[in-house]
Amino acid sequence: MRRIDRDLGRFHDIVRGEVRKNLRRFVQQGDMTAREGSRTVKIPMPQIRLPRFTWGQGGGGGGGVGQGEGKPGDQAGQEPGEGEGEKALEVEVTLEELAEILGEELSLPRIQPRGRKNVTTDMLRYRSIRRTGPRSLRHFKRTFKQALRREILSGDYDAAHPIVVPRPEDERYRSFEVTPVPESSAAIVYMMDVSGSMGEEQKEIVRHTAFWLDTWIRSQYRNVVVRYLVHDATAREVDRDAFFHVKESGGTKISSAYQLCLDILEKDHPVDQWNVYAFHFSDGDNWSSGDTTECIELLTKRLLPAVNLFAYGQVKSAYGSGQFKGDLDQAFKGRDDVATTDIVGKDGILPAIRAFLGRGR
Amino acid sequence: MSTLPADLQALADRARDAATELGLDFPEVVFEMLDPDELNMVAAYGGYPVRYPHWRHGMAYRELQKSYEYGLSRIYELVINNDPCYAYLMRTNTRLEQKLVMAHVHGHADFFRNNLRFAPTDRRMIDTMANHATRVRRHIDRLGPERVEEFIDACLSIENLIDPMSLYVRRAGKPEPEPEMDEDRLAAGRVRKFPVPAPYMEPFVNPKAAMETERKQIAEEIRKSRKNLAEPTRDVLEFLLYNAPLQDWQADCLDIVRDEAYYFAPQAMTKIANEGWASFVHTRLMTTRLLDPSEIVEYADRHSGTVVSGPGRLNPYAIGLAIFRDIEDRWNRGAHGRAYRECTDDEARRRWNTGAGEGMRKCLEVRRSCDDLMLIDAYLTAELIDDLKLYTYGRDPGTGKLVILDRDPNSVRQKLLKMLVNGGQPVIELVDANHDNRGEMRLVHRHEQSGLDEGQARETLRSIHRIWTRPVHIDTVVESRIVRWSFDGKADATSDLGKAEPA
Repeated sequence: MRRIDRDLGRFHDIVRGEVRKNLRRFVQQGDMTAREGSRTVKIPMPQIRLPRFTWGQGGGGGGGVGQGEGKPGDQAGQEPGEGEGEKALEVEVTLEELAEILGEELSLPRIQPRGRKNVTTDMLRYRSIRRTGPRSLRHFKRTFKQALRREILSGDYDAAHPIVVPRPEDERYRSFEVTPVPESSAAIVYMMDVSGSMGEEQKEIVRHTAFWLDTWIRSQYRNVVVRYLVHDATAREVDRDAFFHVKESGGTKISSAYQLCLDILEKDHPVDQWNVYAFHFSDGDNWSSGDTTECIELLTKRLLPAVNLFAYGQVKSAYGSGQFKGDLDQAFKGRDDVATTDIVGKDGILPAIRAFLGRGR
Repeated sequence: MSTLPADLQALADRARDAATELGLDFPEVVFEMLDPDELNMVAAYGGYPVRYPHWRHGMAYRELQKSYEYGLSRIYELVINNDPCYAYLMRTNTRLEQKLVMAHVHGHADFFRNNLRFAPTDRRMIDTMANHATRVRRHIDRLGPERVEEFIDACLSIENLIDPMSLYVRRAGKPEPEPEMDEDRLAAGRVRKFPVPAPYMEPFVNPKAAMETERKQIAEEIRKSRKNLAEPTRDVLEFLLYNAPLQDWQADCLDIVRDEAYYFAPQAMTKIANEGWASFVHTRLMTTRLLDPSEIVEYADRHSGTVVSGPGRLNPYAIGLAIFRDIEDRWNRGAHGRAYRECTDDEARRRWNTGAGEGMRKCLEVRRSCDDLMLIDAYLTAELIDDLKLYTYGRDPGTGKLVILDRDPNSVRQKLLKMLVNGGQPVIELVDANHDNRGEMRLVHRHEQSGLDEGQARETLRSIHRIWTRPVHIDTVVESRIVRWSFDGKADATSDLGKAEPA
């Protein structure tokens, strides 16, 4: 290890420490939604520096000496401080690292996949032997055995002078074997109420919450599929971009979303193969108490048996009555696979994440 | 040992011989060839391959690495003030670039040896730095990297609170010992306590009576060795080193930081002179001794790259080079002294030639005796300011934009001098180490029309408090009011001390 790597490591530790210290702030305001497919996020951070007594705004006297053309009154070069000095440090953090920090900060339990799911993937395991291969994988013991066997068979072996010299044809190498292993996969279904009462601010909160939920669940499963549903009086599936940006209006019929969710799960993510997470965000207004009864019915009979966790986040808005959460709480009191929480403003994001994921399901 | 391939070693030897012929006097120059990544690494350590471990080196390395990757900057060469003088060459340089760099490096080596500012510097710094590294590493092994680094951070944050001039002058009257601060409190911090695994063992491992005896003894020692502040000092680091309640390892770290700060101080005082001289030397050596005709165009391109000055930026290479060339020209023509100064006929001044031929001798003398302040003050003439198109700029009160103010030689020179005073750092003095008779530390910022950055100043106060452990204050001026910023270990405070007298 080079000397500098140790110092670099210390620097990275400090950066990670800063991320940890400021996690709350990042969660609230940081727009860290990673670019699709990217494994890292960039986090803007105030410069990590050693403070010292130094000149304030304007430097030694609010000016200086420059060189070049121009007459008095002309703009003099570029503003100091625009180019350098003030530059914010952007640190790149991998999503795994971020998830780890989040997990430690909120003391989230690791998720226990529900049972052994039937999805299998091929994995390479080095547990067979071949006659060809790279030097680095040479299996000394087998090679020696082979050479010994050959020498004994051919009568070259002299017990008084036991010298065994392997020939090229004696060489044996470790090699891989394809093994099917059961793998835990997860499907996340986000459902969001996009009726008229859900404003920009509410969607922003949902977006940030979804980012952190995603980050954590992804760190727990090898294979994660995310589906997005929006609903007002009817529900439909949309892509990620649309999910966060569509503006609909009209009434709210929550059961429509649950029904669609069920359809999707039955078709694509059967419960025996997938760990399913369903998150629903709304402001708590529903069409009618009749629909609410239907929702609870759907949940109890069909949706809950098909998921690891059903979580409902009620984002406070100026218009919503907030009735729905109360109804759910009443119906599912004490159930381990239902989590509900109020999200009041951006400060509510972290507690909401803890409420959703704190059960380790 | 040099790792140079034979052909480059031959070039280096030629450069050495040419520099000797020019009249330069330098220690042996050892060139090392490094890959870009290695060079970035050495540069991150300030030129020293063995430096004490600290995260800021890692940060510097990362920045250099990034900016090299993106092609924003690259280092051609790096040279350190040591005997022998070590210089690092970038492996990817072209042959001509290596030649240019070698000539330039000999200029620096000569400057380091001869310039009076460097006279008190440690010429075996490479070993000293390595020793520092060993000491710090030993503390880290014993105490863990976090504790040591956290303390070094505090020291580094005040590394500019030294008195660079103390290297050259003897300050009158060393402070008299005069016990007035609370030695008992200081001593309590220095009594060695052994760590105990459980509280009940405390009375057995660290018996009270023994602790008390030791504390009294230490308090007595402090009383004896006590240096109190007789007059304001700028060497805050030194004062802390002798008077703050430090444990041995802390004192050691502070000592190391202070040593290195003093070692680097002359370099901050001679940026223009040093780079100007090295550029003067490389142009002279290249154009008169080292260049092959086929290399002229590439040389001209590279050289102009080093002396280019962007709009609104000041290039120390360009200004220094112009000054040394002007000195050589004028002393060759005898164009100096009273008769020349008082001559008002521009044409006569231009044609002035007594055939004195003293140019090179004068240049050598200037490189020996001048730092940036003296160089600008004495040799940046009105004609040069005009030739170099220098101007002063400032903030337009109306628009808030930076605009050109004027091209008057006197104001340009004044402004430049102001920027160079104290290496461009605010002047801060320790005036009282027993403020309010409570052992509090009071610093004063010698305010000259421009204020301190408050956010950083407050953080710095915390650093000092970390070392001094008693409340710390600094008096400065904000919008023509004298203001005292304080930190007492818990909270920041601000008090208004009345109207400032106009500077």
